Amino acid sequence: MSIRDAMGRKEHFRKAVWETPFHPRTAALNTLNEWHRWKDYTTADAYFDQALEYAAIRNACAVFDLTPMTKHRITGPDALPFLNRLITRDVSRIKPGKVGYCVWCDDNGQVIDDGTVFHLHAGDYRLCSQERQLDWLSRSAFGFNVSIVEDTHDIAALALQGPTSCAVLKAIGCNGIERLAPFGIAWFPFAGGELMVSRTGYTGDLGYELWIDPVLALSLWDVLFDQGAQHGIRPMGTHALEVARIEAGFIQAGVDFLPADQAIRLDRTRSPFELDLARLVDLGKPNFNGRRALLAEQRRGSRYRLVRLDVEGNKPARSAYVYDRKRNVVGTVTSAEWSPSAKSNIALASMQVPWGRPGDELWAEIYYQRELKWSRVMARCRVVEGPFFDPPRRRATPAADF
Amino acid sequence: MTDQNRVIIVGAGHNGLVCAAYLARAGREVLVLEASNRVGGAAVTREFAPGFRVSACAHLSYLLDAAISRELGLSSHGLKHARENLRTVAVAGNGDHLVLDGGRLEAGRLPDKDRAALAEYHARMLRFARVLAQQHNRRPPRIAGGGRREVLAAAMLGLDVRRLGRNSMREFLRIAAINIFDVLEESFETPLLKGALGLDAVLGTSLGPRSNNSVLTLLHRMSGTAQGPAGRLSLPEGGMGAISEALAAAARAGGARIRTGCAVARITLDGARVSGVELEGGEMLSAGSVVSNADPARTLLGLLGARHLETGFVHRVRHIRSKGMAAKLHLALDALPEFTQLPAQFAGERLVIAPDLVYLEHAFDHAKYGHCSPEPALEITIPSVHDRTLAPAGKHVLSAVVQYAPFDPRASGDGPRRELLERALGVLERHAPGIRRLVVASELLLPADIEREFRITGGHWHHGELALDQFMMLRPVPGAAQYAMPVGGLYLCGAGCHPGGGVMGSAGRNAAKAVLATERAA
Repeated sequence: MSIRDAMGRKEHFRKAVWETPFHPRTAALNTLNEWHRWKDYTTADAYFDQALEYAAIRNACAVFDLTPMTKHRITGPDALPFLNRLITRDVSRIKPGKVGYCVWCDDNGQVIDDGTVFHLHAGDYRLCSQERQLDWLSRSAFGFNVSIVEDTHDIAALALQGPTSCAVLKAIGCNGIERLAPFGIAWFPFAGGELMVSRTGYTGDLGYELWIDPVLALSLWDVLFDQGAQHGIRPMGTHALEVARIEAGFIQAGVDFLPADQAIRLDRTRSPFELDLARLVDLGKPNFNGRRALLAEQRRGSRYRLVRLDVEGNKPARSAYVYDRKRNVVGTVTSAEWSPSAKSNIALASMQVPWGRPGDELWAEIYYQRELKWSRVMARCRVVEGPFFDPPRRRATPAADF
Repeated sequence: MTDQNRVIIVGAGHNGLVCAAYLARAGREVLVLEASNRVGGAAVTREFAPGFRVSACAHLSYLLDAAISRELGLSSHGLKHARENLRTVAVAGNGDHLVLDGGRLEAGRLPDKDRAALAEYHARMLRFARVLAQQHNRRPPRIAGGGRREVLAAAMLGLDVRRLGRNSMREFLRIAAINIFDVLEESFETPLLKGALGLDAVLGTSLGPRSNNSVLTLLHRMSGTAQGPAGRLSLPEGGMGAISEALAAAARAGGARIRTGCAVARITLDGARVSGVELEGGEMLSAGSVVSNADPARTLLGLLGARHLETGFVHRVRHIRSKGMAAKLHLALDALPEFTQLPAQFAGERLVIAPDLVYLEHAFDHAKYGHCSPEPALEITIPSVHDRTLAPAGKHVLSAVVQYAPFDPRASGDGPRRELLERALGVLERHAPGIRRLVVASELLLPADIEREFRITGGHWHHGELALDQFMMLRPVPGAAQYAMPVGGLYLCGAGCHPGGGVMGSAGRNAAKAVLATERAA
């Protein structure tokens, strides 16, 4: 169902859970009929086979319906100062036509959410977030001449990820797309409208995100699958994406950290330093939300450290406690999967400082079930520096044809 | 940089002057910048009609900190009192007035039961007010993240309450956050007595007698009296401006410079630290520290700007409750008015018109919904009885606090001012027949006028309601109760900070200590 009817009236109230503009196609392809609710949109867990969908990401290309991701349009004379006060990194370094990954914090320097800033045109920004942020953004806007519009419903978005993604875009008429560098944005005429393509994604692979007016959504889907057939294009659900994002070492709000505005207990939140995101914090800026607390944390030291673990064996260490020499609990696994590409059992974990240094002797306590019988295994963990899977094609420009 | 030693104080209100005096005496180069043409902020005396001068906002002294007065030698700087230890007269329409001297009935008739209860009530409230008074010159403890000093400060507060003894402590904790209506109802029978005592609790607040926190505001008001003789109601000779003049003289004697008639347009920054101020004319003045006597919202959101602060902090500052409900009435009178059957000897005392608690609550109800009280309550002084400097010979000035007037009335324009003036004169005429004919000139300041003239956001005496959620370590907002603001080198020293409003000076002195302590730590 569209959010607006033919007369342009809002229709969102008629359903508690909405369908994206791609729903006629995604529903037809979802032979498993497996769905869940993502920010009040119905979203496919998987379409036909989770493992094959994942394989498409790494070996051909896969399409993910990104529409439910929360989007805000931020404009006005103070758009840049507003974002620079909101976000921990220096937004002035994200030039027009570029995208930047970012986090934002509360006054205590605890991460509220992570997302991406798109500098669409000079002074005209899109902020994508994992959680709903309109309240925090509006609250932060006091004293700034800035307009903030939540336009999640007004933009249809797809992620096209995988080695053949560039070839597919070329085939649908995105001429010169191979020259688009990572985190770049390009615009192409499409069916009488405009298709915006950014070289971004959540898979750590060569890939793009496509942004279009909802009325052109089905045309875009059709031409992608038509032209993409010879490049092995497949739809993918959130399960396949989850494996890819952990391989890339990307964190997820509500999974690897608790958004600070949702926390009741003081020690449940994490600072950017504690999420291994120090590169996103520019303490040289005179003011941004959390700066004073982060300066203090820098002096005092952090409480936690986010690490990537290579876990012995093949049983995913989901929600496992991490022990120091099998004695004391010194951390918790926040995300874990078997990585088909790295051929290893991988995990992201939040460790108490000082644990989690490369070379630390750590053990994950993994519970697993075989024919209704629970077993427990202590698996040795090795701290890995950098992503588990990081193919050169991810950054190569011009992007190669596969 | 040579100007690093300079401290700029924004606003020459009494707290700004106290802060200036202490910092100057500690050897700092102090420059006080005052927007208006005279020092004093809300403690000023000014002419409102030819030949008639009046304390234009605060009109009684009862909270001025005795230690500050002594340490700064205010009497040697010219501060004299025209009259000390004013009595309170609960004016009755039928002439059956009550004259109160603290807990003692000096004249008038009360049932024995109420007479005894009055002494007990006054002693009890003074005991509790003393707990508050003990906190005035202390920096409030930090709520979280503090070291041993903070724990100690919090423990001291607990100890002060505990020292009341078990029964008193229980009583203190029982009534500290409730309303004065209930407390008076359980203590007294006589409506006039309850009305007069109730008015003390709500003067200058946006509370009715049935609003919670109205016991706390009473205790705050009494915390000056709890200090002893220095805290009795008194009238400085030359009006409240005389206190400010003496403070300014003390500050100048210490080496501070005071510039009037220069409004600060903004506080300037160098990176994350203040670098000085820019005046409205564009002149830039540099300084290592800036201490603002202006209210928290004006300082932080107006002069500094929200963009230099963090979102959560700005949100808290924006929601400080600071809308005043007290109006100020000034009358130039041809002769001393006569209140029905009130002996002339009492005309110069503090006269209150609040016949009973329901009258007071009704007066509040109207203001709560955006209208001026049709039957306002009044706190009246006729200082010219004691002080001939204020009016031409034989003539008098009347100064009254009029409760209640909304900060943002439903009606626009001059209507609400004319209406409340008429209503207040009506109430006065009922109690002092013929007073209208004596009026040569009048002036009524609504809360919005007080905001404009004294540059207090919301026109609230206290720069923010005195309530438990805006009190001590929560004043003005959590995370900024230690006078130092989140921006390096910026401090607040006004009534918006602990311990709050009233011409007291403690916030100014505490802020000076905070500036010096920060310098020592650096």
